[in-house]
Amino acid sequence: MNILPKSRKARRRLAVVALAAPILAGAAGLTLYAMGNTVSLFYSPSQAHAARVPAGRPIQLGGLVAKGSVVKLSDGSVDFVVMDHAAEDKVVYRGDLPDLFREGQGVVTKGAYRADGVFQASEVLAKHDEKYMPREVTRALKASGEWRGGEAQAGAAGAGS
Amino acid sequence: MTAELGSFALVLALVLSLAQAGFSIAGRVRGSAVLAGAGEGAAAGAFLGVAFAFAALMIAFVTSDFSVANVAENSHTAKPLLYKIAGVWGSHDGSMLLWCLALTGFGAVIALGGGGLPARLKATAVATQGVLGALFLAYAVFASNPLLRLANPPVEGASLNPILQDPFLAIHPPFLYAGYVGMSVVYSLAVAALIEGRVDAAWARWVRPWALASWSLLTIGITLGSFWAYYELGWGGWWAWDPVENASFMPWIAATALLHSAVVTEKRGALAAWTVFLALMAFTFSMLGAFLVRSGVLMSVHAFAVNPRRGMLLLAILGVAAGSGFGLFAWRAPSLPPGGLFAAVSRETALVVNNIFLSAAVATVLLGTLYPLIRQALTGDMASFGAPYYNLTFTPLMAVVLLILPIGPLLAWKRADLGGALRRLWAAALVALAAGALVFALVQPRKALAAFGVALGVWLVAGSIAELADRSRLGKVGAGEALRRLRGLPRGAWGMTLAHVGIGVFVLGAAFETAWRVEAAKVMGVGDRLTLGVYELNLKSVGPVEGPNFAAERAMISVTRAGREVCQATPARRFYPVQRQTTSKVAICPPGVSDVYIVLGDRRTGDAGQPVWLVRAYWNRWSRLIFAGPLIMALGGLISLSDRRLRFGLPQRAAKAALEPAE
Repeated sequence: MNILPKSRKARRRLAVVALAAPILAGAAGLTLYAMGNTVSLFYSPSQAHAARVPAGRPIQLGGLVAKGSVVKLSDGSVDFVVMDHAAEDKVVYRGDLPDLFREGQGVVTKGAYRADGVFQASEVLAKHDEKYMPREVTRALKASGEWRGGEAQAGAAGAGS
Repeated sequence: MTAELGSFALVLALVLSLAQAGFSIAGRVRGSAVLAGAGEGAAAGAFLGVAFAFAALMIAFVTSDFSVANVAENSHTAKPLLYKIAGVWGSHDGSMLLWCLALTGFGAVIALGGGGLPARLKATAVATQGVLGALFLAYAVFASNPLLRLANPPVEGASLNPILQDPFLAIHPPFLYAGYVGMSVVYSLAVAALIEGRVDAAWARWVRPWALASWSLLTIGITLGSFWAYYELGWGGWWAWDPVENASFMPWIAATALLHSAVVTEKRGALAAWTVFLALMAFTFSMLGAFLVRSGVLMSVHAFAVNPRRGMLLLAILGVAAGSGFGLFAWRAPSLPPGGLFAAVSRETALVVNNIFLSAAVATVLLGTLYPLIRQALTGDMASFGAPYYNLTFTPLMAVVLLILPIGPLLAWKRADLGGALRRLWAAALVALAAGALVFALVQPRKALAAFGVALGVWLVAGSIAELADRSRLGKVGAGEALRRLRGLPRGAWGMTLAHVGIGVFVLGAAFETAWRVEAAKVMGVGDRLTLGVYELNLKSVGPVEGPNFAAERAMISVTRAGREVCQATPARRFYPVQRQTTSKVAICPPGVSDVYIVLGDRRTGDAGQPVWLVRAYWNRWSRLIFAGPLIMALGGLISLSDRRLRFGLPQRAAKAALEPAE
């Protein structure tokens, strides 16, 4: 018993710590485990090619929607091309495109590459704000030299700098 | 002229906030009631100033005065009146003005209504609120004045983003901001308590109504936002763990923890330092929320009115307010009086466990939200977390704390009998297990985890009922006597029980909807059918509709179940010519707890040249419980707030009775 502190206040503090420690340790363990397994990395097409992202791994692919590339098929799926300065990828998506999806504008898609190199998107994100250029896309485009910082993208350019 | 007067009133409010802080501090230092009174008057004046500026902006919106830049950017003559008014807080500048309105409004309430507070504590709290008001008003005046004029006003405005033109979203920000900013009062009271070295039961009694009110408003605000995202964005989901959603959720969790720890401080005088810490934390998370939402540092699908440069200013205000609050805490908290002792099995311990879990949960959400920033700073990689991360971290933590929730209210203060509490819950446990087993056996496909979720939800609801039965001594006394006892229960007890029932209802809906949502999508021409679970959808017709500021294409879809029509759904796609933007209007039917959720897609050309539409439909089973649950929780909060023991101005006498000798 003499390893326990004498004062009642210190004992209570010890009890609270003893109660909290396993819970917090458990939470920290879960978090670290989850971080390793559920992180979703963002790539632009050229970054994805450089990193040799294996088929089937869930990632986010972002870039500009190539002008004239959007094809709406009668079976309900949509094809379009996401590009940066250095590379481009064909994206297939089944579903409705977000209301603000536009050719020539930035887009982020979630999904995975198929074995044939086509990106199968499960989700297409375009922000609700028509002036929107996703930050990640801005950075990726700057890195690949595509960035021109045009009028419509002025706000996003500030975000990236 | 109104805009200029509004700008002037805003500057006046800034000066009055500074005067509020100055007079109150002087009044506190010199012990002068006159100076403190001047500070209180200045607080009321600051509120009137902001209210005038707010009214001026609203007039500019309603009269479509496009010489005001903010109106030209966010309004349009053809916009319906409701959205002209909602446009006031649809932009960055306007929403910060709403924030200031709430901040000075609450400041005025403590200044004028805080009669029961000890004079020194009150003066310090009013001064703190004045400093917060001055910080945010300075931001509004110098960096984000919504009343600035344009040199060359346009003839027509650019209008509000169509996706925001929705009745639920129109009322969502006022609730959310009132909740966020209500935490500022809790923060001010915490700072005042640290400075005065006075954190006791009476103080906790003062904090609780504010924490309860803010928490209830925040609950309603988050639910409205979630419901809006659910039916306006047409994705069939209700929560995406998006940074903007998390930004509103973190203060909510902190406030929930605060509500529970403040009870311990109030009833037993214990956990004082921890309650103060949570009070500071709750408003810090509110400010962090405003910063995350308004600065656009994190990628979010629904960040509106983003401005990165001014985001840094908000971060600076956050740093000043949180830094000084926590600095003061580090300095003064060790000198706070220790609280009452309690045994290992007691209601106090149950509430401590609740707080440990909630703190761990908010930490996982914070880490998941900020991780992209940390990783980018360290490695340059761009990454983020979605639902899988939170399902592995947040969800299990909450599952454990909810599992032990029903036991807590049955434990006595100081020293409790765990076996006795469990014995009183056996019926509830049996009902919950039976419900879980039934769902596991009957609902296809079989999902054990979701069945556990349903059992957990039933356990929470049944446990709360068992607690009520126990309090009324139902079974031990006659039904009439039990009813009389139930009626005699304090409203605070009813509020707690309702809030716990609400979380149970939410868990039921969330578990069931997430696990057994049925989706179907098909390209349909008129006359085509689509099968969705037990329902069949038949596209009857598609026709044009003219709205006030949009043109729409509306489908008529008959929903039948076993050959009998249950409802007529009319999903639509609206085209807003001003913004050249299309939005979809989801149709939700039929009545009941489950939604048949139908989205009409773009018009396409079919194989035979006929027009076809991609129709996506979801059968979101029990989804209405997801939104009903939090509303029940908020109702519980409001009922608790109406408890006369919690009324402002009354706490002194009652508090003395509850305060027992500390050590």
